[in-house]
Amino acid sequence: MRLGDFVLQGVAGAAAFASLGLVALIVIEIVHRARPAYSAFGFSFVYRVIWDPVHDVYGAGSYLFGTVITSFGALLLAAPLAIGIGLFLSELAPKGILAPVTALVETLAAIPSVVIGLWGLIVLAPFLRDHVDPALHSVLGFIPLFGQAAVGPSLFTAIIVLTIMILPIIASISRELFLAVPSELKEGALGLGATRWQMVRGVSLSYSRSGIAAAMILGLGRALGEAIAVTQVIGGGTEILWNLFTPGDTLASKIAANYQGTSGLLETPALLYLATILLVFSLITSVLAQLIVRHAARQHGAQ
Amino acid sequence: MTEILSESSSIEPAVRVETKRQPLPPRERLETVFEIENLDALYGSKAALKGVSMEIYKNLVTAIIGPSGCGKSTFIRCMNRMNDLVPSFSQTGTIRYHGYDISTRDVDPVAVRRTIGMVFQRPNPFPKSIFDNVAWGLKVLGMKDGLNERVEKALTQAALWDEAKDRLKTNALGLSGGQQQRLCIARAIAVEPDVVLMDEPASALDPIATQKIEELMHNLKSEYTFVIVTHNMQQAARVADMTAFFSISRGEEGARWGELIEYDATEKIFTAPSDKRTEDYVTGRFG
Amino acid sequence: MSTAGHGALTRTKILKRQQAVSRAMEGVAWLAAFTAVAILVVVVWSVARRGASQLSFDFLTKPQIAYDPTQPQGLANAFVGTFVIVAIATAMALPFGILVAIYVNEFATRWIRNAIGLVLDLLQGVPAIVIGFFVFGLIVLPLHQQSALAASFALAVMMLPLVARTTIEVLKLVPSSLREASLGLGVPRWRTVVGVVLPQSVGGTLTGVTLAVARVAGETAPILFTSSLVANGTSWNPTHALMTVPLAIFELSDQPDLPSQQRAWAAAFVLLMFILFASLAARWLATRSKRKLGRAR
Repeated sequence: MRLGDFVLQGVAGAAAFASLGLVALIVIEIVHRARPAYSAFGFSFVYRVIWDPVHDVYGAGSYLFGTVITSFGALLLAAPLAIGIGLFLSELAPKGILAPVTALVETLAAIPSVVIGLWGLIVLAPFLRDHVDPALHSVLGFIPLFGQAAVGPSLFTAIIVLTIMILPIIASISRELFLAVPSELKEGALGLGATRWQMVRGVSLSYSRSGIAAAMILGLGRALGEAIAVTQVIGGGTEILWNLFTPGDTLASKIAANYQGTSGLLETPALLYLATILLVFSLITSVLAQLIVRHAARQHGAQ
Repeated sequence: MTEILSESSSIEPAVRVETKRQPLPPRERLETVFEIENLDALYGSKAALKGVSMEIYKNLVTAIIGPSGCGKSTFIRCMNRMNDLVPSFSQTGTIRYHGYDISTRDVDPVAVRRTIGMVFQRPNPFPKSIFDNVAWGLKVLGMKDGLNERVEKALTQAALWDEAKDRLKTNALGLSGGQQQRLCIARAIAVEPDVVLMDEPASALDPIATQKIEELMHNLKSEYTFVIVTHNMQQAARVADMTAFFSISRGEEGARWGELIEYDATEKIFTAPSDKRTEDYVTGRFG
Repeated sequence: MSTAGHGALTRTKILKRQQAVSRAMEGVAWLAAFTAVAILVVVVWSVARRGASQLSFDFLTKPQIAYDPTQPQGLANAFVGTFVIVAIATAMALPFGILVAIYVNEFATRWIRNAIGLVLDLLQGVPAIVIGFFVFGLIVLPLHQQSALAASFALAVMMLPLVARTTIEVLKLVPSSLREASLGLGVPRWRTVVGVVLPQSVGGTLTGVTLAVARVAGETAPILFTSSLVANGTSWNPTHALMTVPLAIFELSDQPDLPSQQRAWAAAFVLLMFILFASLAARWLATRSKRKLGRAR
């Protein structure tokens, strides 16, 4: 083997293996720095609801709650909307508006989170507070989630902001999935006399369902990790309150909120403990989405 | 321009086949299902068919034969409005189904397809179980009563019941090509159409599978009307009561379109065709 | 004898109901698409309306001077900082990404290819704030010092999957006949890769880089722990912490006073315009490189 070949393969190989090590390095670094907190609080940190720098006692409970409620809430709102958009772009859009609308949806994904957060804080939040929250409260007030309307920042605003942010990913993946449905299957359904919706429901949605599940999980992962836009609108609350119209906080947003420094001795390790939990979530969602995609590819390959 | 051969002369057919075909009843006793008048079919500005006029009769098997590119598929897809799926498609002329023009825009193509079914060239079963493949159409059309019996009947008529009855819940994609196509036939006839259109149903299958499908058609034509497009002359000779021969006509600037050349009882088409072009085709004088 | 009119077509009542449902669902899909477009228009319009009016020459050229509010305030330091950090990040991520792509496409076994593919996906899924914290622990804490370099490293980690992925895709598109022709002439492997294959992929890689830049230029989270304690005045020194546009927006948005909020909108407008421009550029590059590769086949 020539020297040049050896060098290229060596250097490229080094880069490749370094990238393999990068994820491991991230995990190791975060876990290592979080160790003081883990030694001090153990596993109970995960569910304890407390964050007291004065007495140096911390728990992730309220942040876990906030993360779960806002992320799943956003998924609940974004998924049907995004699937509808995917269907529109693959089946219904007339020739003239297909390209512009596709581009616009992708552009929504490009807007930086800090800009959405700024808009959410100054434009969206007052609008929700004045018009939407009271309406929801009056109609659905019997459910504790929709309790007394907010005065300022709230979990609900965070949910709406997150919905806007994860909408484009789920929509563009859905669109690609629907375009990939073999046309002979669609013809078979239409040939039997199915209406367009019956064909979509029976063939397109059914064929793509694993892919859509993977897309939703990817969207969920994105929502779980969003720190900036959430922290701008959510208010930094520390308790677990079931009313969506009250302030709250999430794992990522709590970490971001403390960027200027911490006071308690164990506070930074505690924040890193939060980061560990977040990292675990993100790895699980990434792996889960991959597994689903691989399983679906095998199933469709059987044809 | 047609060259009429004298009535008494007959040609040496290129195809000699075994057939179970019965002689045709006299024309007065045949009931018209489709009356096609002056049909022109276009993709964009290019004509695919011009001036097709013919009648298709009930409870017969009608074959559409002709060389590649003569518009056979386009023609058959006009009859159940499948061409609507192609954005550039347009047609003029009328297609009367039991006297009712189904080719106009204000007729819902979905309604048309519910009584005029179709089996496609490549088997296209849904990635569901065998049972669900047949049951899906029934559910969609609101024929859910006695579902199990309907599915069994359809599979039996499609000569698939014996092979499928112990594996109804297994995935349809595990069936062989021939079995999948019979499943598609079962799926189509389960919803009790009046007419079954078949676009080269056996071209992707082996001879044994093909034979099973031809037998099917013969057994079922008392209940359904079949129109089959085939590029295989022997198949038409075996299976069809009436045969329509389409061919390619050329015009200026390289324009090509399909035209109906001759349409008659199969016997006549293959032994004493009236048009020289038909004779050329059935005796294999050109490709 | 023939049946006249609708009697020829069966079961029309149930069909009418089903068609109504089908049309309703179509309406829902139209509504969904309209909602997405409306959201985009509202956000961009809000930013443009509130931000564009605030733009001035001072804004673009003068730095933020917190200790002296009487001086004209601008965000020059943030523009410079973002430029420096993103440029260095690109310089880090680009060669790394290309090398990874070369290894995956030219040398790797299937097992390694799958492993790297998985790793790139995992990397893309790690939240930006976690990456920021990671670099904080790795570089900032040991050195007791924030720096633009640390921030660049964090952004480079985020850019890597995008750059590597796009380059891999583009390398795959280069026809093997080109490789075989070069090798057949006796050109050594490394020369073939660097001199024949890579040049074909320039367009695609450029697209990937542009997309990655558009993505990370707007990121705030990785900057929080690596380059947020900034000195006043405009600096170009990467060993210090530099102000960035996203961080400026983040901090200004938190202030209750009107001038700060106005500057936040102005900065958001500039950032948005830059990112939209970069995205459009990426799209244009993508279609151009596809056409070029299409001709090469």
